[in-house]
Amino acid sequence: MDEGLRSELSRQGVFATTIQDLYNWGCRNSLWPLNFGLACCAIEMIAASMARFDIARFGAEVFRPSPRQADLMIVAGTVTKKMAPQVVRLYNQMPEPKYVIAMGACAISGGPFKRGYNVLKGIDRYVPVDVHIPGCPPRPEALLHALITLQEKIASRKLTGPSRARAFQEEAPGEFPVPEYGPYDLVPAKNTDLWRPKPITRNE
Amino acid sequence: MPSASNPYLFLALMLAAGLVFCLGMLGLARLWAVWVSPPKPGPTKGAAYECGLAPQGDVRIRFQSQYYLYAIIFLVFDVETVFLLPFAVSFTGLAPGAFVAIMVFLLLLVEGLVWAWGKGLLRWR
Repeated sequence: MDEGLRSELSRQGVFATTIQDLYNWGCRNSLWPLNFGLACCAIEMIAASMARFDIARFGAEVFRPSPRQADLMIVAGTVTKKMAPQVVRLYNQMPEPKYVIAMGACAISGGPFKRGYNVLKGIDRYVPVDVHIPGCPPRPEALLHALITLQEKIASRKLTGPSRARAFQEEAPGEFPVPEYGPYDLVPAKNTDLWRPKPITRNE
Repeated sequence: MPSASNPYLFLALMLAAGLVFCLGMLGLARLWAVWVSPPKPGPTKGAAYECGLAPQGDVRIRFQSQYYLYAIIFLVFDVETVFLLPFAVSFTGLAPGAFVAIMVFLLLLVEGLVWAWGKGLLRWR
C-alpha cells in the first residue's frame, strides 16, 4: 500500500493496514517464551519477568512449561554437551513460527567455559539463533533489548514471496537433527547447514 | 422483538452464532495453514514431550492404582466436610425428610470410614 495514501487516510481517521502487518503485529506482541533456564542467566531472565523489569510490558510474560505452546526459546545459560540434545529436541517440538534468543556469553560461544571439554561452543551450531545477547550474565535490560530487537525482526518479516521468513517456506526444515553422544564429542559436532562461521584469515 | 414471539428463539440464535464463530475461526486457521504457514510435522515434533529427553516407551501406559485407598479416604472426609457445614447451620430448621436424607448420606460415608478403619488405613506408620 502506498505510504502517502496511508498517512493521508490516517489523517482522516481511517486506519489502513495489510494482513501481513496485522499478523506480525499480533505475533510480535504475544511472544510466549519456553519456561526453561540452564544456568545463571536464567536468574536474570526470571528477574526480567518480575515486577521491576516486567517483561509483560512487551507481551512476553507467559512462560509456558510445554514447547507445544511456546514460540520463543530463550537459551539462558551454559549449554553443556549433556544438555544440548535436549535443547535441540525442545526446539524441534515447538510449533512454527519459532524464535531463539541466545542469552549470555555461554549460549553464544561457551563463554568463560569455552575451553571446557563438556561445554557446547554456542547453541547456534544446532538451532537457528535470531538474537544474540552478549554479557556474563546480561542484565534484564539486555534481555528486554533483545526482545525488542526480535519484535522489530518479526515486524519486518514477509509472509509471502521468495524472501519470506523461514517458517512460511514449505521446503525449509521444521526440525533440526538432534545430536547424540559420541566417544569424544557430540555427533554431529555441528549442523553444517546452519552453522557457517566466516573463515579466519590472518594478515601476515 | 423476536423473544416476544418465541422465548427460545434467542437461544437458537445464540447457538447458531456460537457455532458459526467457532467453525469460522477453525476454518480461518485452516486456510491460514494452507495459504501462508505450511504445517511441518516431524518425528521429533510429534513425539511425546518428556522434558526434552528422548521419549521412552508408549504414551498410553497403565497407571498403578496403589493410591486408590487415599483417594477414597479423601473423598469420604472432603465430601463429608462440604455437606456437614451447611447441615450443622440449618440443623434446627430441617424438615424430617431432609433430616433422614442427610442421615442416610452420612451413614454411607461413615460406612466407608468404618471399612477404611477396619482395613487399618488410619494407623500412622
